[in-house]
Amino acid sequence: MTNATTAIVERYGSDRTRLMDMLWDVQRDHGYLPQDALEDLASALSISANDVLETASFYHFFQTKPFGRHAIYLCDSVMGRNRGHASIRATLETETGTAFGSASALFGLDDTNCIGLSDQEPAMMVDDVVFTKLTPNRVRDIIKALKLGTPAEQIANPGGHARSSRSYVESMVDCNIHQDGPVFFKPGIDYRAVLESCLALTPDEVIVSVTESNIRGRGGAGFPTGLKWRLARDAAGAEKHIICNADEGEPGTFKDRVLLTASPMDVLLGMVISGFGVGSRSGIIYLRAEYWYLKDYLEAQLASMRADGLLGQNILGTDFSFDIRIQMGAGAYVCGDETALIESCEGKRGTPRVKPPFPIQTGYLGQPTVVNNVETFASVTRILEMGAGWFAALGTDASSGTRLLSVSGDCDRPGIYEIEWGTTLNDVLALVGATNPKAVQISGPSGECVSVAQDGARKLCHSDLACNGSFMIFDHSRDLLEVARQFTHFFVDESCGICTPCRAGGVAMLGKIDRVIAGRACQEDLDACQSWGQLMHRTSRCGLGTTAAKPILTTLQKFPELYAAKLQELGHGLRPSFDMEEAVSHYDEIVRAIETEAAQ
Amino acid sequence: MSVSLTIDGKAVTAEAGAPLIDVAADNGVYIPSLCYMRGKPCLGTCRVCSVKINGHVATACTVKVADGMHVSVSDPEVADMRKALVEANFSEGNHNCPSCEKSGRCELQAVGYELEIVVSRFTYQFPERSREDAAQYLFLERDRCIFCQRCVEFVRDAQTGQKIFSIRGRGTTAQIELDVDLANKMTPAEAARAADLCPVGAIIEKGLGYNDPMGQRKFDVKSLRERVLEGEQL
Repeated sequence: MTNATTAIVERYGSDRTRLMDMLWDVQRDHGYLPQDALEDLASALSISANDVLETASFYHFFQTKPFGRHAIYLCDSVMGRNRGHASIRATLETETGTAFGSASALFGLDDTNCIGLSDQEPAMMVDDVVFTKLTPNRVRDIIKALKLGTPAEQIANPGGHARSSRSYVESMVDCNIHQDGPVFFKPGIDYRAVLESCLALTPDEVIVSVTESNIRGRGGAGFPTGLKWRLARDAAGAEKHIICNADEGEPGTFKDRVLLTASPMDVLLGMVISGFGVGSRSGIIYLRAEYWYLKDYLEAQLASMRADGLLGQNILGTDFSFDIRIQMGAGAYVCGDETALIESCEGKRGTPRVKPPFPIQTGYLGQPTVVNNVETFASVTRILEMGAGWFAALGTDASSGTRLLSVSGDCDRPGIYEIEWGTTLNDVLALVGATNPKAVQISGPSGECVSVAQDGARKLCHSDLACNGSFMIFDHSRDLLEVARQFTHFFVDESCGICTPCRAGGVAMLGKIDRVIAGRACQEDLDACQSWGQLMHRTSRCGLGTTAAKPILTTLQKFPELYAAKLQELGHGLRPSFDMEEAVSHYDEIVRAIETEAAQ
Repeated sequence: MSVSLTIDGKAVTAEAGAPLIDVAADNGVYIPSLCYMRGKPCLGTCRVCSVKINGHVATACTVKVADGMHVSVSDPEVADMRKALVEANFSEGNHNCPSCEKSGRCELQAVGYELEIVVSRFTYQFPERSREDAAQYLFLERDRCIFCQRCVEFVRDAQTGQKIFSIRGRGTTAQIELDVDLANKMTPAEAARAADLCPVGAIIEKGLGYNDPMGQRKFDVKSLRERVLEGEQL
C-alpha cells in the first residue's frame, strides 16, 4: 500500500463510514480514483475492492478513469439551456479540444445537473470553483488561462481573497437577495445571547417553543419540525445526531447556498439549538459537492464558534457539548432524500432506505437522527430569538413563517425573495418583474408546472401551492414540452435504480415524451403516461420515484393543448410510432447481403 | 401481542410486527414478490408485492401488520400495478425463457405465469449487457438480472464477511459485479446456494442446466403460489 493511501485512511481513523471523505482525498491526490488506490483502500478497510467501487461509482463527481488536470462540469439545466448553454458547450469543446464525456491530458469535460446557480446561468464548475454568467468570450479567456497554468481558483478569485472569507465566495457567485423579510438575513443578531437564553431553558421547553411556532420543515415535505424533534428526543438511543441537509439538488433552488453565504451563523446556531433540544452531541452538515467553494468559509465559521464557546465541549460553560462536521457529497440528487443522505454520510451509495424505520428511530449509524433543511435551522435561530408566537403570527394558519423563494427564468430580477406564506403566484410574478409569464415550475421538477392564466390567484402555502423554494418562470416563447422532457430526463439520470417503478418507469415515460415531441404519439400514449405515472407515484420506494412522472403529468394537466397539437390518429390500424420504412430496412439489407454472398 | 386486521375482507389475527406478506401467506392469500425471501430482511426493491392498506398503496414486505388494518390484495387497480411492475422487469432485460437454464425454476417466469402475463405493456429495451464468466463455479448472466439485490445483501465470503456480489454505477446502467477472487473461494455448495438465491437466471452454476425435464422442474412439481402459501423459504 502507498504511504499516501495509508495516511488518508488513518486521517479518518480507518473508519469505513468515512469512505466518502477518503475517496475525495484520493481523487484530490490523483485527479481520479486509480484502481490500485481503490484496492489499497479496500484492503485497509477490510472490504472488497468492489465494495469500494460500489460507493465510488454511484456519485457523478467520482471519476474512475483519468479525467484531465482540470475537471470541468458544465451545468446542463433547463435554466442554463434558456440562457445560452449550447454555445458555451460548443465553445468549451472547441477551446479544450475535448469532447463532453471524455478527457484529454489537461481537461475532463462532462455535463452535470443543476448546480444551484439558476439565477446566474450559464454556469460551470472547474475543479473546486465555479464560473457564472458565462459567455463564449469568457470561456475562451478561462480556458486560455488554464492552458497557461493559472489555477482555476486564481482565475475565479482574481482578488486573491482567502478561501475562508465571504469575499472569496462572492468573487464567484452573487447572492442576489432582492427582498428580505422578517426572518432571514437580519444583521446584528446577538448569537451568544440567543444561545444563552436557549440554554437557560430545559430541552423540553426548547422543543415546545419550536412546536408552538408551528414551523414545518422547509425541505419540501412540510413535516412539523417540533414533532420531529420530539420524536427523536423520545426515541431510545445512547447517541443521537442532528443533520443539516445542504444537498440542495432540486433544480431551480439556490436559497440554501445564499443562506450559507449570507447568514451561516443562523443555520449553524439552529443546529446547536436542535442538538440541545433533542439531546445530541453530534451534528453533520451534508454539503453538496457543487458547493465546494463554501466549505472553507463554513469551516471558518465553525472554528470561530468553537473559539467563542458556542460550539464544542461545554458550550457557554454548561455541561452541554455539541460539535459539527461537514460531510461533502459527490454529485447525487437522490441524496437529498434524508435516508439516502444518511447512507451517504455512512460512506455508502445513496440508496434511500426502506421505511419504516424512520431516521428519528434508526438514522445515522443506526441511531435516532433529525434531518432538517438549511432554511429550517436558520428559522429556528430566529424563533428562539424572537419567540414562537412572533413566528406563528407570520404566514397562514397552516403554514407559519416566511419562505425563501429561489426565483429564476424569464423575469427582470432573478434571485432570492423572502415572502410570507399566503402570497399569491401573481404577486410574486409582479414582484420579480415577470412581464410575459406563461407557466411557473413550482418546487422544481418534483413539484408541479402551473399555468399563470389558470393559477395566478393561488396562494403559496402548505395547503395550496406547497413550494420548496424553487420558482422557475417560463414566458410564452418557451417550449414546455421540451422542458417536461428535460425534467423527465433529469429524473432518469438521477434515479438510484434500486426500485422497479422508478428505474423502468422513468425510461418508459421518457420514451413517451420523446414520441410526443417527434409527432409520432397517439391518444393511447397519453393514456399510458397517466397510468404509468400513477404506477410510479404510488409504488416507488422514495420521493424521487414518486414524483418523477410529475413533469409530464402536470404539464399534461395544465397544458393539454400542447400535447393534443402533437398527436396523430391511428392510420391503417398502425400506431404512428411504428415506422414501416425503418422496420423493413434491415430486411432489405439482409437480403442484399445474402445475394452478394451468393454471387461471390 | 396479537393484532386483528382484514385481508380481502377476511378477518385475520396475527402477531404484531410480523411482515404483512407473511401474514397474508399464512392466511391463504398469495402476494407475489421477486425480491422478498421469507425469514430474511426485506429488500423492498421490486415493489411487486404492492397492496392497498386502508386505501393507500404500500409494499407488503415492508409493512408490519398493525391492529385495524384493512388490506386489499385483490383490488383490481393494485392487482394491475403488480402486473405492470412484473412486466416492467421483463421489458428491462433480455429474458428468453425457452433457452434459459433457470426455466422452470425461475421466480420471474413463475410470477409471470401466476399473473397471466402474455406480453409487457412497456417497450422492450433489449439492453446490451456484458457477461462475467471468469469465476470457477459461477457465471453472471446480466441479461437476466432484475437488480433485486438478494445476492448483494445475502451472499458473503465465509471467512471475511466481505461482499462477493456488489453494485456498480447507478440508475438504469447500474449492474451487479462479481468479485472473482472471492467467488473462487466459494465451495461448490456455497456457489449453488448463491445460484438458488437468484430469482432469475442471472447467477448460474457452471456445467449445470436443463437437468430436470419439463414437467419435473421445481415449479412444475409444485407451483410458486403453493410454495409461498406453505411458508417455504424460496
